[in-house]
Amino acid sequence: MAAWHNVVIVGGGGAGLRAAIAVAEANPKLTVAIVSKVYPMRSHTVSAEGGAAAVAGDDDTMDEHAYDTVSGSDWLCDQDAVEAFVVEARKELLRLEHWGCPWSREPDGRIAVRAFGGMKKRRTWFAADKTGFHLLHTLFQTALSYTDIVRYDEWFVTKLLVHDGRVRGVVAVELATGRVETIVADAVIVCTGGCGRVFPFTTNANIKTGDGMALAYQAGAPLKDMEFVQYHPTGLPFTGILITEAARAEGGRLLNKDGYRYLQDYDLGTPTDEPVLRSMELGPRDRLSQAFVHEMEKGRTVETEAGHVVHLDLRHLGEKLVDERLPFVRELCASYQNIDPVHELVPVRPVVHYMMGGIHTDIHGATPLTGLYAAGEVACVSINGANRLGSNSLPELLVFGARAGQAVAEFVATVPGAATAPVLAQGRDEERRLVRELSGRQHSDGERIADIRTEMQETMEAGAGIYRDEASLTKALDKLAELKTRFARASMDDASRTFNTELVAMLELSGMLDVATCIVASGLRRKESRGAHQRTDFPDRDDETYLAHSVISRKPDGDWRVEYLPVTITRWPPGERVYGR
Amino acid sequence: MPESITMEVWRYRPERESEPTWDSYEVPLRKEWAVLDGLNHIKDQLDGTLSYRWSCRMGICGSCGMTVNGEPKLGCSTFLTDYAPGPVRVEPLHNFPVIRDLVVEMGDFMAKLPTVKPWLVGDDEPDEDTEYRQTPVEMDDYKRYSMCINCMLCYAACPVYALDPEFIGPAAIALAQRYNLDSRDAGAEDRRDVLASAEGVWACTFVGECSVACPKDVDPAGAIQRYKLTAANKAVRDLLLPRGAR
Repeated sequence: MAAWHNVVIVGGGGAGLRAAIAVAEANPKLTVAIVSKVYPMRSHTVSAEGGAAAVAGDDDTMDEHAYDTVSGSDWLCDQDAVEAFVVEARKELLRLEHWGCPWSREPDGRIAVRAFGGMKKRRTWFAADKTGFHLLHTLFQTALSYTDIVRYDEWFVTKLLVHDGRVRGVVAVELATGRVETIVADAVIVCTGGCGRVFPFTTNANIKTGDGMALAYQAGAPLKDMEFVQYHPTGLPFTGILITEAARAEGGRLLNKDGYRYLQDYDLGTPTDEPVLRSMELGPRDRLSQAFVHEMEKGRTVETEAGHVVHLDLRHLGEKLVDERLPFVRELCASYQNIDPVHELVPVRPVVHYMMGGIHTDIHGATPLTGLYAAGEVACVSINGANRLGSNSLPELLVFGARAGQAVAEFVATVPGAATAPVLAQGRDEERRLVRELSGRQHSDGERIADIRTEMQETMEAGAGIYRDEASLTKALDKLAELKTRFARASMDDASRTFNTELVAMLELSGMLDVATCIVASGLRRKESRGAHQRTDFPDRDDETYLAHSVISRKPDGDWRVEYLPVTITRWPPGERVYGR
Repeated sequence: MPESITMEVWRYRPERESEPTWDSYEVPLRKEWAVLDGLNHIKDQLDGTLSYRWSCRMGICGSCGMTVNGEPKLGCSTFLTDYAPGPVRVEPLHNFPVIRDLVVEMGDFMAKLPTVKPWLVGDDEPDEDTEYRQTPVEMDDYKRYSMCINCMLCYAACPVYALDPEFIGPAAIALAQRYNLDSRDAGAEDRRDVLASAEGVWACTFVGECSVACPKDVDPAGAIQRYKLTAANKAVRDLLLPRGAR
């Protein structure tokens, strides 16, 4: 038995839901299915806090949003993509408003905007500090009104089916029953989000295991700019829970153990009472996270049981502002840190937050593999280059989710029908493989899945963290190869077909080992420092050699190759990134 | 503080046992650890067969609803030290069929949700270049009901849903009200048949347990009471006034 849809979307977060609506609107005759390992409203888009950027006020222009994005990316983004993005971001955020998103408002009823890191104008739309939550639920609830969108909730995709050089569907496991199904499709859009869980300390939810990146890579589609991993400067120690950049946009200050606003020592400007755009605490995330490391090396951070921290000071903002603009920050601090930010300092430290890299796509979400598209954090278009600006990711998943949906609707209308027999045969092979995995790992002498995962995470932090060098990356690469060998013999306790979450964890880890390898291998090859990729052995940016996207793809023998593609520059030639002066 | 705490976990593996059982595990008692951290410790170190849902571990995705010492809670926002010296008893959410261990079947809610049309029903095509105006005061009217994370704790707490599975239930009604009370929405009439039906607000006997259980302060009980007034007023007007004056 096999199911069939014109379009299968893997992942039901912001990008996947937006893409599904776009397909349904573009051509109501198409059948579109969302296959997601969680109910869509559980997707990690839900955790985004601070806001979504798009030009709003009369004082702002598309060019300024584009320039901030380009300079924020350390010139590694594609400027044609950025130019399209800033124009469509505004349309998409208005669309969300028309769908009911409860954006925070000015007293007269207009959309309110706030400052954000690396942005020269106030252009970040927000729904208090639960922007992702409201955006996701608005999209999910709106998608419910499109009765033609079919959902496979809690189905885990294990493989992309490729025949004759074209993606023809997926194989997925229904978690509740363990049933394996081949879902044939004319095109597949991957919208599974990032892979923060390859690192030990991350803001990312448990589900952020890079599944889509691994699926695409294993199917032969290349991954781009994988060495660029964003550390957000302010996560709660121990849990890694995100304290939004909006806390600094509203006036929060970063203090070292002496109560000193240390960012002034790192070419980020001079401290002022009121926040200044593109300065100090409103600098970009890469620079702020790097400053933390230097502060720690100088012995000016605070040592705690959960590692070194600095302090985020919100006390001067007052209870009224915190409750109105940052209620979730107060709630999270109370629940997980047992402190009240209205009266106490918040301990924070850098935490893995976002992947600038991902599946290589063009500005329509198309990958080089025919029939395969990607959008959202899983994809790399790229508008983010070497460092994403805060509040660009939510509009990105809307703009490129919509673009991918529209492009796929056109694509499936033109492709010829193809034989399904070879695709179904591949599906049966995959089912047999999964059955073998389930029954073949019930031995007692293997290592635990969780232990190998923990070792992988520690390897990534040690080898490919905020600062890397040849030695650390090489060591990490060797360790990952060893872990892959050990993983092949790892055992599972659970042989059940009913909601087997250990099986899911095993399949996720299998993909994460590939994704982690891509991050490290790409980082090893890039012998320069740019944005979030900082090599202590190559501390300078090298535009001569590396103003280029790295593209890593899998060779048939399981090894990989790294190549480079040119960066598209339209109007802003590479320059110095200037913040605070 | 003792170094460890006993977690008694409700187990049900339909392929292995016809009846649920309890398994007991000793987990480290750390001040930062939520019930979810205890379960993750069991899963990763002691018994890989334990099944439960979780994701964001920051109280916003709604995945990890479970019954902790008899009360519906989010596992990620409920801390082990609050139950010291233990034991902590963890069960699946009440009022739902169980798929396995702590994983409940929530298809019923997912099927009911679209029946209340939880999306903005506009009067006419909006101008694509500009927003609908909505003042903060207007937003306050529905904001609370927009905070629902669909965690199902209110259904687990609801004595009416326990007896009458046809009841649309607290979260779905609160979400309908979230749109009914939104100044941009014109769909209240479309939602009326379902909300004002016997399985809608009138099934609720106003016990209020849903609002007690809600981890996000949505107050579904308040949403239901408010709709009862709206529906009653409407019924009276329909009865008393000629059609044109309603």
